Amino acid sequence: MLALSNVEVIYDKVILVLRGLSLEVREGEVVALLGANGAGKSTTLKAISGLLPSEDGEITSGSIRFGETRIEHRDAADIVRLGISQVLEGRRIFAHLTPDENLRAGAYTSRNGSLKDDLALVYDYFPRLKERRKQTAGYLSGGEQQMLSIGRALMAHPKLLMLDEPSLGLAPKLVTEIFEIVGRLNTELGTTILVVEQNARLALEVAHRGYVMEGGRIVLDGPAEELERNPDVQEFYLGLTETGERRSYRDVKHYKRRKRWL
Amino acid sequence: MDIFVQLTVAGLSDGAILALAALGFVIVYKASGVINFAQGHFLLIGAYVLFAAIVDWGLHWVLGVLVAVLVAVTLGLVVERLVLRPLVGQPVISVIMVTIGLTYILLGIVLLAWGSTPLALPAFIPSDTVGILGAEVGENRLWAIGLVVVALIGFGLFFQRSRQGIAMRAVADDQQAALAMGISVRRVFALAWILAGVSAVGAGMLLANLTSVSLDLASFGLLVFPVVILGGLDSVLGVVVGGALIGLLRQYSAFYLDRELSEIRIGGIAENGITGTAELVPYVALVLILLVKPYGLFGQHRIERV
Repeated sequence: MLALSNVEVIYDKVILVLRGLSLEVREGEVVALLGANGAGKSTTLKAISGLLPSEDGEITSGSIRFGETRIEHRDAADIVRLGISQVLEGRRIFAHLTPDENLRAGAYTSRNGSLKDDLALVYDYFPRLKERRKQTAGYLSGGEQQMLSIGRALMAHPKLLMLDEPSLGLAPKLVTEIFEIVGRLNTELGTTILVVEQNARLALEVAHRGYVMEGGRIVLDGPAEELERNPDVQEFYLGLTETGERRSYRDVKHYKRRKRWL
Repeated sequence: MDIFVQLTVAGLSDGAILALAALGFVIVYKASGVINFAQGHFLLIGAYVLFAAIVDWGLHWVLGVLVAVLVAVTLGLVVERLVLRPLVGQPVISVIMVTIGLTYILLGIVLLAWGSTPLALPAFIPSDTVGILGAEVGENRLWAIGLVVVALIGFGLFFQRSRQGIAMRAVADDQQAALAMGISVRRVFALAWILAGVSAVGAGMLLANLTSVSLDLASFGLLVFPVVILGGLDSVLGVVVGGALIGLLRQYSAFYLDRELSEIRIGGIAENGITGTAELVPYVALVLILLVKPYGLFGQHRIERV
């Protein structure tokens, strides 16, 4: 469904952020994109959704295919219309609008669909939003804002939904709730999902497959269960060691092991 | 009492016109963060184009209004496209300087085309007098208030209900998030400038109908700044309240304050007494408001959850 091949992204004409990244998302899958801060995960999503120009970023080589269409140089509005929606990191709801208006802004590109049905669908998945639909969105709780942010992206009828760190700044209970809903969106609506996450354990629980990024490229990929068992992933992203116990930092040959990937 | 009612109606109608013009300013500021110093001079264009259409080309006034609105749309689009889009991402001060430059260009165009003599526009809105609370007030002033109220309600519905209106508010809140919704930020900017043009030109036409068509309209147009500073740069409600306050303040001071001060003589300076306080008072209010409440009466406060 979505295929990135050797994508290179440069910010401000000098900073090379993605260094030949390739990944694939098949229809109906949930794919997790893991990696440390600064690995280029968010940049990858923005490269796909066409938001790079708004941050002075540019795809300088490689290709991004969505179905049969090349989308690496399309603008953001076109890409949303093709069926890719991105939930930005940090929720980014329209704070001075009500949840209702936020959702209607999300439906900007869907001209033919019935607005009422779409609103009903979102409120069905996020009943909490319905109670607060006429309040100012800026005053919703963090969890509600994240739900609104996801709901807003759903209004465009995405075939591929990309989530950037949906767990950011939320209580563990809410994070579980949100990931549960993400899983339901995949099974019930058939929405393909690409999720960027720091909380690797949770992401791999929902995902079918995962990719691990480091320094602007993919260093590891595989089915979610396999990644969960991978000793490197366990150590660096799941906080486990071979024995399942904490070890002294002296013994950890982080540097050496990570270097293998680069 | 008669005088007071007359002044109030005059103040409210001036205020309504100012509110309409200031609305366009607020729309542009909210959508794109640009402070458009040319907003007041857009009024001139409205008045003069209407004059040209009705007097020079002999069109019916309905057609004249349509022509003026069309010119307003074009003006908004051209300014956005040719002047402001190339400046996206440039420092705010450059954008401000450009809009100031634009005021002189507009002024120059009007001077070249129509000269500086005041012109009389044939009244197209009934201008008989009617009695309110025992005072005689011009019917055209009441019409002006009514038309602006209708226009403001129209704008309000547009921003609350319509797809495009909600998109504009979304862009005002968070441009990148709006982009991620597939909202074309460029189109929103263009639309904001179109609305700015239409609102100012509309105000210019109403004003021309109340007074005459002259370059003085630009100095009236400049009053949108006290209005938006008073009301809050980004508040639609503020525009209405600010417009009414500034309008009333001007009319009251033109009568009462001038009357009080007319006896004062300062050496050889004010030989006929101090008059024309109406021109001064709005700007005194502007300075005071900036000192006391810099965000204006209804300026947006940043939402922070506690």
